[in-house]
Amino acid sequence: MVDAATVAGGVDAVLGRWQRDPHALVQILRETQALTHWLPRPLLAHIAAALGLTLAHVEGVAGFYRFFHTRPVGRTRVLFSDNITDRMLGSETLLAQLCARLGVAPGEVDAQGRFSVDRCSCTGLCDQGPALLVNHHPVVTRLDAARVDALADLLLADTPVEQWPAAWFDVIDGVQRADVLLSGLAADTPALPAVLAQSPQALLDEVATSGLRGRGGAGFPTARKWQACRDAAGDLRVVVCNADEGEPGTFKDRVLLASHADAVFDGMTVAARAVGAQQGFLYLRGEYRFLLPQLEQVLARRRAQGLLGRDVGGVAGFGFDIAIHLGAGAYVCGEESALIESLEGKRGTPRIRPPFPVQAGYLGRPTVVNNVETFCAVAHIARRGGAWWAGIGTTQSTGTKIHSVSGDCARPGLYEYPLGTPIAQILADCGARDVQAVQVGGPSGACVPASEAGRAIAFEDVPSAGAFMVFDRTRDLFEVARHFARFFAHESCGLCTPCRVGTELVVRRLDKLAHARGAGSASAFDIDRLHDLDTVLHSGTHCGLGASACNPLRDTMRHFGAAYAQRATAPQFQPDVDLDAELSSARRATGRSDAGAHLHTDTPA
Amino acid sequence: MSAVDPTFDLDGQPVALQPGDTILSAAARAGLDIPHLCWSEEVSGSASCRLCTVLAEGRPVAACVTPAVAGQKVECRTPSLATQRLRLLQMLFVEGNHFCPGCEKSGNCLLQVQAERAGMTDLNFEVLNPERPVDASHPDVLFEPNRCILCQLCVRASDEIDGKRVFAIGGHGIATRLLIDSPSGRLGDSALSVDDRAAHICPVGALLPKRVGFAVPIGQRRFDTEDTRG
Ligand SMILES: Cc1cc2nc3c(=O)[nH]c(=O)nc-3n(C[C@H](O)[C@H](O)[C@H](O)COP(=O)(O)O)c2cc1C
Ligand code: SF4
Ligand code: SF4
Ligand code: FES
Repeated sequence: MVDAATVAGGVDAVLGRWQRDPHALVQILRETQALTHWLPRPLLAHIAAALGLTLAHVEGVAGFYRFFHTRPVGRTRVLFSDNITDRMLGSETLLAQLCARLGVAPGEVDAQGRFSVDRCSCTGLCDQGPALLVNHHPVVTRLDAARVDALADLLLADTPVEQWPAAWFDVIDGVQRADVLLSGLAADTPALPAVLAQSPQALLDEVATSGLRGRGGAGFPTARKWQACRDAAGDLRVVVCNADEGEPGTFKDRVLLASHADAVFDGMTVAARAVGAQQGFLYLRGEYRFLLPQLEQVLARRRAQGLLGRDVGGVAGFGFDIAIHLGAGAYVCGEESALIESLEGKRGTPRIRPPFPVQAGYLGRPTVVNNVETFCAVAHIARRGGAWWAGIGTTQSTGTKIHSVSGDCARPGLYEYPLGTPIAQILADCGARDVQAVQVGGPSGACVPASEAGRAIAFEDVPSAGAFMVFDRTRDLFEVARHFARFFAHESCGLCTPCRVGTELVVRRLDKLAHARGAGSASAFDIDRLHDLDTVLHSGTHCGLGASACNPLRDTMRHFGAAYAQRATAPQFQPDVDLDAELSSARRATGRSDAGAHLHTDTPA
Repeated sequence: MSAVDPTFDLDGQPVALQPGDTILSAAARAGLDIPHLCWSEEVSGSASCRLCTVLAEGRPVAACVTPAVAGQKVECRTPSLATQRLRLLQMLFVEGNHFCPGCEKSGNCLLQVQAERAGMTDLNFEVLNPERPVDASHPDVLFEPNRCILCQLCVRASDEIDGKRVFAIGGHGIATRLLIDSPSGRLGDSALSVDDRAAHICPVGALLPKRVGFAVPIGQRRFDTEDTRG
């Protein structure tokens, strides 16, 4: 255990490194916690005082991010990735196995404070799961019973993580089908300095010609976003790469950052030149902390090569540099305005719009936020021309798209295709058999039944942010929807009523249908309530998280209604509470357990 | 500029607008009611309750933070929006613990009157029964978190009007809660004074000045009007 003086010294060193900048609060909390394991209130008060913030504000930020602990945790913290694909690969059994070996329950710390075990949302390793995070970094992939057993031994022996078998931390790219982006830039393409020598308008025009639309989900035309930022009033502009990749089942950005970081940074630099930005950020999700050293190295090399810093690429007066900010476990921070709040050291709550980030983003400066894959595409378009990109894909959906394929298939991994490729082809290529449905675009996307596999992935048909999760006929799609409902309730930022309360009510209603809550069985009444909740969330929330939270529910109710109907068998409404169970304390007090001390219900127990 | 003031259309009525108006602020000035909870003209918007959701050219938006646009068609009184408002109110009621008959804010409570106006007669959803301990540590102000609807009006009033930053928002999801800035986290140790605007802006009975309860006789309370007297 680190002693108090070292901790205090360490915290002050962290504060000094970030120049006591309140906008660095999330980074300061993260680095502090790396020293102290958790964030006790007096420590938050110390940080608040040093940054000129209130304790309540700092407490509010610390309590927002899932990776910050405001209550004691073990010196070694194990977090099991809890995407549905991890579960399909047996993560829950492995979690139970580890907990049994260690003698702790999920979410609890062992008596000596040595370790704690819990779950976290998707870690972006669905093709090599089940996975877990150790102290939020590093990541252990391909868990099985033997690995978990060995892990328990190491934890019980207090073996430092650095001495664990290196093979456990292997993360592979798993590229199964490469098209232009995943093949990388050809040797004969012009280098970045030559590209940057063009005028900003020329760069913007190429991107406009390409017809490129954002790859982060919304599909907004990239050139239009850039033009708006360029036209916005202000001297300082910012380019942000959104590497939050929180959508369960998506892991393409992880591979692009691991193996094509130069292309991503090229794209950001081209964007900076086109819009006139000086400052760049890569917002890297906390789950990808393991990529940080390598990405910092690439940035350092680029600075040495003159591709970042002053007069970038030899263009006089073009100064641009990129800093990496790490997230701390909050899916909503992928929403671009929440991401900017987080960059500014605050809770990741989506902002009120207008103003839009392109008008007033990071610290009020006009800011462009684009996805990792979008910037990667820009790097190619800037060299090969917009017309070349526009020639790939369909008229409305140009270029290629990378899919993160996982679930019930023989060959999970990355597949890059021109847009407009039918779902059926991806299913055939990845070796999916006996398909029941595919969740395209993650839980926020669409659940497509096998009967519609002829549909194409394109903005005009089935749009996708990249996830492609396959479910075969042995899977219960009701349980899939229930799992995603829990995800959204867990990740709601809590700002707006419909999402904050509605996502929780959806979970409770589905739990009731699953007989995991309440007494007896569910009825058609419960299904009606779910439709109600879907309507309220769909049209009334502040951001896309709440608006799409019921997508899996709606799609599965429509296509797999039987999975719901078979759970709603009661002829009339059944209460949410178990009335008989409510009497248990009275029975205990009176020492009775005879039939007369029980309530009769006409539903089977 | 033309001589005629620019207007937009709210449920068939023309509403005059001024620069910087939101749909709600323009409507409020014109004396037209768009149901709301978390908005006050005294502070910036938070867009959190979503009760003010209207259709602007068919698209659902929060009227309290959406700029009013000349010539725009805005709908507030549609059957589906009425259902939407009812559901949102029911959600707020099941989220906290609201026992109107025993609350000294009754008759002056914006949540209560919005529910009455929306024709709410049941909760529709299951009650969540949260455990939220009452904070009575302040000599002059009571904090009853069971009635807090997380509208953030007190947060913004303390920041923007009082210049004190007494409140903040903590947690996330259904565990989101109001935080008080003091070493103990309790109101009695905070810088809040009963003279602060933040001590009076709460639309419900969550932050209540002490010793003034039930001072106004029934019949003369803020919302004792024809539409709520029953
Ligand atoms: C809840 C939520 C989560 C999101 N997560 C991501 C993400 O992880 N990565 C991403 O690029 N975009 C994400 N987005 C979309 C971004 O808000 C934004 O549209 C995108 O980063 C813009 O980049 P693009 O135009 O290149 O797609 C998310 C949106 C929402 C509503
Ligand atoms: S929909 Fe509302 S509560 Fe949900 S994440 Fe978005 S802003 Fe937060
Ligand atoms: S205490 Fe009152 S004013 Fe403050 S957030 Fe809660 S309901 Fe709103
Ligand atoms: S009044 Fe507009 S969201 Fe609350």
